[in-house]
Amino acid sequence: MDLRFTPEEVAFREEVRTFIAENLPREIKERMRLGHPPRKQDTIAWQRILNAKGWAAFSWPADWGGPGWTAIQRMIFLEENLSAPAPELLSFNITMLGPVLVQFGTQAQKERFLPRAANLDDWWCQGFSEPGAGSDLASLRTAAKKEDDHYIVNGQKIWTSTAHNADWCFCLVRTNPQASKRQEGISFLLIDMKTPGIEVRPIISIDGSHHLNEVFFTDVKVPVENLVGEENKGWSVAKYLLGNERTGIARLGKSKERVRYAKEVAREVRMGGKPLIEDRAFRTRVAQLEIDMKALEITQLRVISAYVKSGGNKPDPISSVLKIKGTELLQNSSELVMDVGGPQAMPVWQRELAALANEPAIGPDWAPQMAPAYLMLRAASIYGGTNEIQKNILNKAVLGL
Amino acid sequence: MDFDLTDDQRLLTDSVTRLLGNEYGFEQRKALLKTEMGWSEKLWGQYAELGLLGLPIAEDFGGFGGGPVDIMLLMQAFGRHLVLEPYLATVVLGATAIKLAGSAAQQDEILTGIASGEIKLAFAHSERQARYDMTDVLTTAKPNAGGFILEGAKSVVLHGDCADKLVVSARTAGNRDDARGISLFLVDGNASGVARRGYTLRDGTRAAEISLSGVQVGRDALLGEPDQALGTIIRVTEAGIAATGAEVIGAMETMQAMTLDYLKTRQQFGKPIGENQALQHRAAEMLVAMEQGRSMAMLAAMMVDEPDAEERARNIAMAKVGVGQAGRFVSQNAVQLHGGIGMTEEYAVGHFFRRVMVVEHMFGDTAYHLDKLADQVA
Repeated sequence: MDLRFTPEEVAFREEVRTFIAENLPREIKERMRLGHPPRKQDTIAWQRILNAKGWAAFSWPADWGGPGWTAIQRMIFLEENLSAPAPELLSFNITMLGPVLVQFGTQAQKERFLPRAANLDDWWCQGFSEPGAGSDLASLRTAAKKEDDHYIVNGQKIWTSTAHNADWCFCLVRTNPQASKRQEGISFLLIDMKTPGIEVRPIISIDGSHHLNEVFFTDVKVPVENLVGEENKGWSVAKYLLGNERTGIARLGKSKERVRYAKEVAREVRMGGKPLIEDRAFRTRVAQLEIDMKALEITQLRVISAYVKSGGNKPDPISSVLKIKGTELLQNSSELVMDVGGPQAMPVWQRELAALANEPAIGPDWAPQMAPAYLMLRAASIYGGTNEIQKNILNKAVLGL
Repeated sequence: MDFDLTDDQRLLTDSVTRLLGNEYGFEQRKALLKTEMGWSEKLWGQYAELGLLGLPIAEDFGGFGGGPVDIMLLMQAFGRHLVLEPYLATVVLGATAIKLAGSAAQQDEILTGIASGEIKLAFAHSERQARYDMTDVLTTAKPNAGGFILEGAKSVVLHGDCADKLVVSARTAGNRDDARGISLFLVDGNASGVARRGYTLRDGTRAAEISLSGVQVGRDALLGEPDQALGTIIRVTEAGIAATGAEVIGAMETMQAMTLDYLKTRQQFGKPIGENQALQHRAAEMLVAMEQGRSMAMLAAMMVDEPDAEERARNIAMAKVGVGQAGRFVSQNAVQLHGGIGMTEEYAVGHFFRRVMVVEHMFGDTAYHLDKLADQVA
């Protein structure tokens, strides 16, 4: 037993870190450091830089542009990218659609979509959730009726992240409403967002941002060649997508980076006549977070190593532990950052609007994104299967309850 | 990165699991608790035969030459059964002190004796006023013609009642709380002037209050350099944290298994109580805590031999907090999910609960180590 990284892995981490340091545009890095979410152009620019290096499709097989890394290398890469901090690869393209097409797509679909997804020439979004189908995904109702060489899609999706940026949507639709089991009448369709009949309406979230959307489909024509896998077998495609490698699910690099940032700002602000970083309660909170992150780091290595040992083709239900603990840490670290800001974190500082109006920035640089990031991350324990669903998974698949 | 066990380690785990499966049922353990010693000499002999007492001791002294991972596996198995024998006191704490500080002659005599089962040790360091402060030593050792005279008292000395030899810390220089000036001595348990009052801790394991009045020891009783023992004391404590961390993992495993079994069989309102989602989620949270704790116990084992003292201390402190918090969470919920039966002396879960509670208050509790880590935040 040995918890240390091999010299090759240490060298690999150094290589990734150096590449990111040398190639991540300064402005993007600075915005990310201050806690801003990446803008659309930031995500695209960075993913293209990584793609040119051959790293964007980091989890795909080498035949389709993957770098051929081990599971540990993939983990290191994701951690370094988050830790930089750099924009994350667009998960819809890289960790969701890509592996699904590799596994279930036709040769034509692979050739048409994979290279463009890797290079973010197409921005994908995920059409899974519906008003009546959240964590209980199988109750979805958006219908696709086959007519000649097309499906006609009618229905509504909700919580569709970045649909307003998207060129394409991979969508779960009901193709057989009469199926005896709800899971059996579902299909996986690729839908061009420019098709007539699609309407995207923004949902503004509590952080004030436009990230989420409702997407309405009215008689939307989708060519049958955009079906992935077999008709009515979309549930197994979706299960593959959701259960596909969950290496990065804990997003530990992000929590680490945020705790580092909290400490950085805590040196600047004061509490009881001295820098906040010297405050006992603050230090104890940081120490506790660092302990929990250390434990999760090792748990993550254990899960990855078990995954590799099992042949790496079945998701290990124990990875729900990573989702639960990882999102708790993301939330706790964003909470810490906000609390460091204190009253300065509360105003709605419209920094960018002020800049456009040639006004001086209001408040310190670090202030504007502290509360929004905290607010946004309340979603972390909701998306990707709520943490309560993760506990159900652990009960069923690990504990046998 | 490698989480695999060697063939030897698998063999070790198998043979210990078999032995404890036969000899350490809950009723058998209860019978041992009622004996005067509070543990089994017969089993101690079997541990010696199996090579467990020499597990971390070099082959030169009749040992097995194992490392911290072997100790981790063994202590985890001990934790699953709440083993009562003085293994921690003798083979972990005592032997570590001798290995680190003992002269060639001391190592030869004591380590050989430990491995063969003939010598039991106790680590007599903590004092009543010291709580968890390792430098709070008031016991003194004054040089005289024959060597040293020891005066003072040691408190909650694990298995101090049955030890053949005591590893005693005493001041040869400096004052209370000074890092420098502490020395270690090997003192015969029955030496003139040593008075021991044995008792049980809340989990049934044995400990003692030991007073030392005018205890004469020779110069050859000195263990390591005079005045310089703090480093050894810290490392003994770290070895103790790693070993008990693994023990807590074993105890959590048993509590978790008992709780799951109970959830699946206990009926209320016409169905197993485990069909209630509120209880299912508690069980899942116990699993999450246990896995996080297990990671930290592994970290502690990996760090015991880390040469960088600061790195070692920091990681082991993190592990103590992580295991302590996981242990508390899992044991409290194990009792809660059992309901009334979990509160009873005749049911096993409460015994595991108490072991975890006692261990948390050894070698610095959660708050102590968290506080130390908070000091180091940078």
